[in-house]
Amino acid sequence: MTSSDLQLPNFFPVGEGAVLVLFESLPIPDANRQVCALDRRLKGSPLAGTLDWIPALASLLVLYDPRQITLTDVETWVGGCLLTLTDQDDQPAQQVEIPVRYGGLDGPDLPFVADTHGLTQAEVVERHAAQIYHVGMMGFMPGFAYLLGLDPALATPRLATPRTLVPAGSVGIAGDLTGVYPLASPGGWRLIGRTDMGLFNPHQKPHFTLSPGVEVRFIPVEDSLRS
Amino acid sequence: MTVHIQQAALLMTVQDGGRRGYQRFGMPESGPMDGWAFRCANRLVSNDSGAACVEIGFSSAELHLAGRSLLTVCGAGYRLLVNDHHLPLWMAFLGKPGDRIRLEKIPGGNWVYLAASGGILSAAWMGSRSAYPAAGLGRQLTEGDRLPLLGSAGEWEGLAGRSIPVAARPAYSSNPLIRVMPGQHLARFKSESWEIFCEGPYSLSPQSDRMGYRLSGPPLAHQTSPDLVSQGMVLGAVQVPGDGQPIVMMPDHPTTGGYACIATVARVDLPLLAQTEPGIGQLRFKLTEITQAQSAWSEATGRMDATDYFEEDTWTGF
Repeated sequence: MTSSDLQLPNFFPVGEGAVLVLFESLPIPDANRQVCALDRRLKGSPLAGTLDWIPALASLLVLYDPRQITLTDVETWVGGCLLTLTDQDDQPAQQVEIPVRYGGLDGPDLPFVADTHGLTQAEVVERHAAQIYHVGMMGFMPGFAYLLGLDPALATPRLATPRTLVPAGSVGIAGDLTGVYPLASPGGWRLIGRTDMGLFNPHQKPHFTLSPGVEVRFIPVEDSLRS
Repeated sequence: MTVHIQQAALLMTVQDGGRRGYQRFGMPESGPMDGWAFRCANRLVSNDSGAACVEIGFSSAELHLAGRSLLTVCGAGYRLLVNDHHLPLWMAFLGKPGDRIRLEKIPGGNWVYLAASGGILSAAWMGSRSAYPAAGLGRQLTEGDRLPLLGSAGEWEGLAGRSIPVAARPAYSSNPLIRVMPGQHLARFKSESWEIFCEGPYSLSPQSDRMGYRLSGPPLAHQTSPDLVSQGMVLGAVQVPGDGQPIVMMPDHPTTGGYACIATVARVDLPLLAQTEPGIGQLRFKLTEITQAQSAWSEATGRMDATDYFEEDTWTGF
């Protein structure tokens, strides 16, 4: 990333102590690179008075203490960060490999995804496991990562009616995103596989396996497509 | 020493000041629905302002005490009976072994906080004792549960009888006028939407919970689509999905959301909203500026933290 790519975001105050930094004019992958770079800056040398922040696909919500800093301080800080971004700010923090059993009972929607795109189930698995993804944002539930980088040939709309219970570890597709459910919950993503890897542990550190900006690869385990 | 739950309310969990710093991982902060009553309760029994309390909501509950402790109950919609004797809310009292503390649901609100000197010493996860059952952190309390307490009222015994003066309590109302700031997506709504929203009135749907308060009333129309690329959300954000009925984000709210937000509720008025009764209360909203909402909030917290905040021992007995 160089400063010639720089496009300053729009700032929207949100309530008494937050500002939404929105990169609405950029395509999501480009916007997300800036979001992740700001996220790394906030982790590395946080702005005093910042309470927390929420990176999302094309925005970053900064929560601050209005008794310590003002909206303008946050805007100035974000602008300053974006102007001084270097290639180092664009480096992924880490790569995580997630072993997945694809298909069968673990991935009940794999046949649907294959049929929708005129692919075999094995081809869907191959394409899904071939990509290097990166965590564009986390949300929906603790530890749920929205992964960017899905092969466009696999993009599939959500279920019209969400399932009442998706098992923990389920790997799904929703539109052009893929992700893993860290906890059992209701959900509408198309399920193509499942992992036994824990993504959220409230009892010990690190509590979260993934974080915004991290790279992710899915590794098909041997008994995929057999159950 | 413990407090033993004999009868659990519909929604009853341990809550402290909240689990901060994990929102970027999708973890809500949790914490009290009525932060005002919660803070007052802790202040009355000499706790840190964020110490863990028992949050009791929507139906009656009973707890039995197995030791001495300085206790208080603050909030609305409940009557407090200790060993069948009526005691006022918003007052510190000395609890003794065997005391039966009954919280009887009455009209006028949804939530109360039981605070004990030293705090409720239940399990903590990720720096907080707040239950967040959706992620397996704690759960709804049930009959038979025992919660650990410090077990001695010690130096605090002398504080029994002091209370929060009526004028310093939140002005709960069944038809509150809630201050709101324009939301970050106001421009995505049809032009008359702000006036329609403020005029209301909205009632609270029974499907409301610690995640969100669902309002029913005049529908709000989006310019084009209600959907947006998911963004971070704040406590008090008023999100409007496709059906046009607003949802106010409460402490267990998801950290991100994909619907346009028309408004943000001023923190200082969130407790009034939290205590509005489903199907009964009528909510109306009123524009406030961010700077006004900021000063209202810091004034209110400053006032609560002031040392001369209590009325000393005004309780004249049964």
